[in-house]
Amino acid sequence: MKRDLILEIGVEELPSAYMTRALADLQTLAEKKLTEARLGYDRLQILGTPRRLTIIAEGMTEMQGDANIENRGPKKTSAFDVDGKPSKAGLGFARGQGLEFDQLEIREQGGIEYLFAVKREAGRPAAEVLPEVLPDIINSLVFPKSMRWGAYTTRFARPIRWLLALFGQDIVRFAIENIESSNLTYGHRFLSSGSLEVGGLAEYKQKLRDNFVILDQEERQAMVWQQVQDVAARAGGHAMQNEDLLEEVTYLVEYPTAFFGSFSSSYLEVPPEVLTTSMIEHQRYFPVYSDSGDLLPGFIGVKNGRDYSMDLVIAGNERVIKARLEDALFFWREDGKKTLESMVPGFENVMFHERLGTLMDKVNRLGQISVNLGTVTGLSSSDKLQRAALLAKADLLSAMVYEFPELQGIMGRYYALQSGEDTEVAQAILEHYLPRFAGDSLPASAAGIVLCLSEKLHNLVGCFAIGIKPTGSQDPYALRRQALGLVNIILENKLHIDLRKILLETYACFSGVKLKFDADTTASELMEFILQRMRGILQERGISYDVIDAVFAVPSSDLTEVADRITCVDEFKNAAYRDDFMVVYNRANNLSRKWENDEVDQSVLVDESEKNLYATMHHLAPRVRDMIARRDYEGALRALAGLRSSVDDFFEAVMIMVDDERLKASRLGLLKSIANYCQLVADFSKLVI
Amino acid sequence: MLTFQEMILRLHDFWGRQGCIIQQPYDMEKGAGTMNPATFLRCLGPEPWNVAYIEPSRRPTDGRYGENPNRLQHYYQYQVILKPSPDNVIDLYLNSLRELGIEADKHDIRLVEDNWESPTLGAWGLGWEIWLDGMEITQFTYFQQCGGIDCFPVSAEITYGIERIAMYIQNKESVFDIQWVDGITYGDVHHQSEVDYSHYNFELADVASLTTMFNLCEKEAQRVAAAHLPQPAYDYVLKCSHLFNLLDARGAISVTERTGYIGRVRNLARLVAGEYLQQRKNMGYPLIKDEKLREQILSAEEVG
Repeated sequence: MKRDLILEIGVEELPSAYMTRALADLQTLAEKKLTEARLGYDRLQILGTPRRLTIIAEGMTEMQGDANIENRGPKKTSAFDVDGKPSKAGLGFARGQGLEFDQLEIREQGGIEYLFAVKREAGRPAAEVLPEVLPDIINSLVFPKSMRWGAYTTRFARPIRWLLALFGQDIVRFAIENIESSNLTYGHRFLSSGSLEVGGLAEYKQKLRDNFVILDQEERQAMVWQQVQDVAARAGGHAMQNEDLLEEVTYLVEYPTAFFGSFSSSYLEVPPEVLTTSMIEHQRYFPVYSDSGDLLPGFIGVKNGRDYSMDLVIAGNERVIKARLEDALFFWREDGKKTLESMVPGFENVMFHERLGTLMDKVNRLGQISVNLGTVTGLSSSDKLQRAALLAKADLLSAMVYEFPELQGIMGRYYALQSGEDTEVAQAILEHYLPRFAGDSLPASAAGIVLCLSEKLHNLVGCFAIGIKPTGSQDPYALRRQALGLVNIILENKLHIDLRKILLETYACFSGVKLKFDADTTASELMEFILQRMRGILQERGISYDVIDAVFAVPSSDLTEVADRITCVDEFKNAAYRDDFMVVYNRANNLSRKWENDEVDQSVLVDESEKNLYATMHHLAPRVRDMIARRDYEGALRALAGLRSSVDDFFEAVMIMVDDERLKASRLGLLKSIANYCQLVADFSKLVI
Repeated sequence: MLTFQEMILRLHDFWGRQGCIIQQPYDMEKGAGTMNPATFLRCLGPEPWNVAYIEPSRRPTDGRYGENPNRLQHYYQYQVILKPSPDNVIDLYLNSLRELGIEADKHDIRLVEDNWESPTLGAWGLGWEIWLDGMEITQFTYFQQCGGIDCFPVSAEITYGIERIAMYIQNKESVFDIQWVDGITYGDVHHQSEVDYSHYNFELADVASLTTMFNLCEKEAQRVAAAHLPQPAYDYVLKCSHLFNLLDARGAISVTERTGYIGRVRNLARLVAGEYLQQRKNMGYPLIKDEKLREQILSAEEVG
């Protein structure tokens, strides 16, 4: 017989931001702990609302599985005395295991023989085991931040208020602090009163539904989104698709009811990004757009409850958004009275980082870095870059960005345009923060690309130079994201820049700042850090690790060049000329690997085959060099693959390791030079073919 | 229609019935009800404590010359401390809203994650903003640390934004239109002082004098704490905190200095918190009425 297990942890409202992770962790924990306890089941389901985390294991076996318990004892050598009889140690081990000595087994482990006690433990009834397993699962769940409550020492994300634990119809009895497990659950906080008695899985789900709790997060999320879309359609528009918002709302309600509220169209004077940010960040509303994509003067809220006295709820929400938008309109108008440039002097009073100086210091450095990078890449012009760098951070001092920090850059662009700045400059201010998250767009304008790279170079070099580096999950300055952005922008735009040189030049812009590490150390560590990010990007693009290893083994600080070689070697792996090339490379490399010198004394060569190989290579070398210089890596590899027959003839005709040292040196030198040319593109010995 | 005054009286009545002592505001400037020693000090240590009071609170930077309908540099917080936090604390809170005529099932009431932290008090806790139809009306916090010291047992702090609730109940667009009692508005009581304080805080406050006063108060707090008089010492911590807020509103504190000032106030708060705990212990935790428990805690602390 099988029974269903239900564990419901009843809590005060959990932070919505914790929920996805908590449910996933609970899944892993439940699987692990139930398996460890040898409890089988048909199907595991983890469900959650703001007020409950529920584990359902359907079809759990009545009995725990049997276990083979193997305990290792002393080494065989010390388990017997000189006469081959059990030693004291051997007998002691048997006694300790509750076995006779001759019931023990001898097994080998790591080349050594040991005594082993092998016992079979019969499974206990699941009902006996669960009271130990369930509290263990609860106590093992960790949250980003946890707390204590009352006079108890247990920690959880929010206080635990009830525990429903049922195995079939029976209560699994245990307690956490003062909370004893029971067969009772609770419905919606406001739409249900008192406890609900539950006798099994079907009843549990039904009673919750009857009491305004949609337990299954996926069902709830689908309900929210369907309602939001319906409400939007009735209002003559469509709702913003925003996965994060949808998820947050799903975990803020147990029973969703979406509603439409409106605000005065006079607030549409404010840029739409401001209005939507206020709606989403402050109120968790879905913005609504017309079919032509314009923001409508309204919002969709999702109430936690049914559609009772909605007028009151809508009126209340409309009052709140009105006050919010009134503030936004005020900030927009106040900021608009000033030019963006007039905010710059305020930089003196804003700290960028206590060791790297004020925002003014940063902006000055940003100007230098941008102008240098602009010259190197030939993108944009010095005066535009200088201007964009100066104004890039000015919106941080606007009232609007003070209130809505996530609008940095966006407001900068609006205010720059209002202040009559060049459109490229305005666009660069917006773009220099990109990408803000994984999958976000990259800067597209010339000045935007340069300013954006400069921003990242500045922050990476500054932080690494004073010893701030990401460790483990700690990366408070988002340096990983910035390095990723840097690589993506360089590759996307196929920029050929000597990154190491740029890092050193960026470092030089920090003159006057007391730094912890010198320029060389900083540049080297950063190159490694950046290449590590590039490795990740390449892997995500499906490039196999051996291709990456092979190409990275031939270092370059021109990332685009590295990426081109990656493409070439990746295609090479399946190309028809691959085998010829690998024969040339392997034959040349195997013998000459430990030979340093690639010089050949032509006068000592005797055999036709070696004279021929030398002449062919002599003729080929400048062509290969030229193709490498033109980044025609495939051409270079094909040309080298063409040496196949000459190389084969050579190996057939002559012995390399002859007694004549001069002849041997020349033959090895010839092979070395071929291997060296092959390795201009990648270290092909690392390739897995 | 419920007046502002009736709201306060109803809350007093409600929380009084729950066993809270109804204390009065503390007679010094402070940024929030949390800074009243009835919260900051009483949350420390093992003694139970249930209190409710209204607290005039000052946030000089929030002044708007009486021109913004939602922002004030002086406002009220209705503060409740329940220590240890009872299991039904949220139900109690919801019942208190009912006393104000707010029926939970007719509205949309949400508990939205909010982690509270006061760097100047070395205090933090976890809890929620409580939303009524989208409007934050209450801050609910389970105190985890105060003055850098772990809180045990844990207090629940309920802080009602009493003006906001009044605006909602009375359906007013401006805080100044709230009916305090029939015929007298919040504006009649506070508008002119809002204007005056905004002028003072932003324009007239003398930076040099305030800086000197801050330094003097810091010294006095340290001196009095060293003499093991926690509450008189705490008065000077409050003064430092308010002087810092004034200097901040005056734009006299740069970002670098800011961290330094906050750290100085926090150090004072820690000092006083330690002194207060020691004093309560010396007194044998008189508020623990259960003799056995009292002995148990005291002897456990001896060992620890």
